[in-house]
Amino acid sequence: MDAPCHVKPQMNKISIPQGKLAAALILFLLSIKPLTAWELSGYVGIEDMVFFEQPTDPQQYNNYLSGVIEAELYHEWDNGNQIFAFVPFFRGAQFDSNRTHFDIRELTYVYAAEAWEFRFGIRKVFWGVTESVHLVDIINQRDMVENTDGEDKLGQPMINFAWIQDWGTLDLFLLPGFREMPFTGVNGRPRIQPAVDSSQARFDKNGFARQMAYAIRWSHSIGDWDIGVSNFYGTSRDPIFLLEDDATGKIKIIPYYQNINQTGLDLQATIESWLLKLEMIVRVSEIDTTFATVAGFEYTFFNVGETGLDIGLLAEYLYDSRGNRAPTIFQDDFFTGIRFALNDVQDTQILAGVIVDSNTFAQFYNIEFSRCFFDNFVLEVEGRFSNGAAPGDRAYFFRNDSHFRFELSYHF
Amino acid sequence: MNNIIIGLLLALLLGLGFAEETSTAQIDTVEISTAEVNTEQKGLEIMREVDTRDLGWGDMSTDMKMILKNKNGDEHVRSLRLKTLEMKDDGDKSLSIFDSPRDIKGTAFLIFTHALEADEQWLYLPALKRVKRISSSNKSGPFLGSEFAFEDLTSFELKKYKYNYLRDEVLDGIDSFVVETFPQYEHSGYVRNIVWIDKERYIPLRIDYYDRKDALLKTQSFIDYQQYLGQYWRADKSLMQNHLTGKSTTLLWENYSFRNGLTERNFDKNTLKRSR
Repeated sequence: MDAPCHVKPQMNKISIPQGKLAAALILFLLSIKPLTAWELSGYVGIEDMVFFEQPTDPQQYNNYLSGVIEAELYHEWDNGNQIFAFVPFFRGAQFDSNRTHFDIRELTYVYAAEAWEFRFGIRKVFWGVTESVHLVDIINQRDMVENTDGEDKLGQPMINFAWIQDWGTLDLFLLPGFREMPFTGVNGRPRIQPAVDSSQARFDKNGFARQMAYAIRWSHSIGDWDIGVSNFYGTSRDPIFLLEDDATGKIKIIPYYQNINQTGLDLQATIESWLLKLEMIVRVSEIDTTFATVAGFEYTFFNVGETGLDIGLLAEYLYDSRGNRAPTIFQDDFFTGIRFALNDVQDTQILAGVIVDSNTFAQFYNIEFSRCFFDNFVLEVEGRFSNGAAPGDRAYFFRNDSHFRFELSYHF
Repeated sequence: MNNIIIGLLLALLLGLGFAEETSTAQIDTVEISTAEVNTEQKGLEIMREVDTRDLGWGDMSTDMKMILKNKNGDEHVRSLRLKTLEMKDDGDKSLSIFDSPRDIKGTAFLIFTHALEADEQWLYLPALKRVKRISSSNKSGPFLGSEFAFEDLTSFELKKYKYNYLRDEVLDGIDSFVVETFPQYEHSGYVRNIVWIDKERYIPLRIDYYDRKDALLKTQSFIDYQQYLGQYWRADKSLMQNHLTGKSTTLLWENYSFRNGLTERNFDKNTLKRSR
């Protein structure tokens, strides 16, 4: 929450060149292959978010409806060694204009050879092993208006070359086009108070230096071990937040994107029914160096009582050296969770977890349920509840924002 | 989830002649132990022949449909594509990709089977673009709500079982060996299986699965075998009936193709990430 005084406000926003990329890719593909064997799939859904406490800000509401569609146009040829995929996404949301958003999740071409792969376009990349937070995962910006769990991501333009050898895979990334984190608007929930003022976002770097990022990652599987070591240089996807008074004396929250070098390690050992997991990062910016880690396990009892039920127990410890200054509510916390997979025809799954702050004992509960109906429909229910957060704790912002989220989707 | 196809075909092998033996068990311990050795040896030899005759196919691709039926006759269909690579001195590698139900379309499993060590398994979640290494201890649990357990679908490895030859029997007009098989790997849901092997073609025709309490749990039948490359037999259809629940699952295979030139590169995490 420190406000470096040398940072000047940057009003100019640079939009990523999605349109140009899209046009170029489509032209390229049309030129090489007639439109045969194209596959279209995706889902449409309706969502309701229900808050059961009065909002902290009278501009907020207790019930939010929205609709979503994501489609995928997919084509592969050359025995699957060449792939094209286009995945547009749109959510139309009630009340919160920031949540009504369109994104190109993917618009990509892949060429796979025996010892390498070339992946070009707008893509999503996931790195990491843990469940409670994803520390190492840094290529894409998170779509925080879509879901606060951070698992939804904005498409990132990239050129990715993977070199595939006996000693593992070496991925090189060139990442042009920085994308700011989207935040819930003044009428939306859940959010911190007051709403983040994205229009005032600040940056360490401007122009080309802000837009470009570079990453390298080595990953390999050795017996029971899966390991990844990565380095990222460029504009941080996670901003820190500056608190400032505006002309009328009101507090503003302004995102500030540092230029960072982040080195990450992710490691999992899979031994019998145990998954042992570790992620750690060292992040160096112009003003500080931070260390963060998450470590834990998942143990599964399979086919309990020969009913087909799997019960998984999860525990993870989360640490961030920035403590209360960390742009996360998880700086010295324990996560415990339980996962039920019924392995029935409807693929019923339940995940329930709680994160407890080891200093303040503030708790954040999360329950996720999903089940299929009539083969093509899926019902998801998520409950998020916070309790015991004291003023001064970042979680205090969300004290009235406990809610349920229901989404019914049809998959085509 | 696993080497479904291969496994099904090969999963049928096992035999020991215990049941017959128990009634006469009191007579002469020396003779019985000799008889056991002989029937164990004969069971092993039958299964080794089954294994040997199915060596050398290289790699295989096929499309599989899984039809789940409950007592009321309600049906659910899953479809997936399977690729398998035969490994010389190790268990097979396999990649299975789901096409339906639609909500899990693109979900894929990569499995490295091993005879004695634990298998290695990765799951790809297309919505998150996430590859997850998962535990291979889940042997007895149901595969996607079906009557097939994971262990019913993984590739057959001779060393995974002990065997006992039981008897000869004519099954649906086909002269067969009846062999008992005893899983030697951990976490199996079965105390034993009984397998009917066609004497002429050395392929499984039927398997009875006995649960940990030694009660008959399931029966699997293999239907409409076709021969490929002039040597390898693959069924077009397999039916698994659960005697306890009255539920059944039918597997249908189509578009078998062999020796497609697949290599280990087609069974690595990079390929898993672009499977669809």
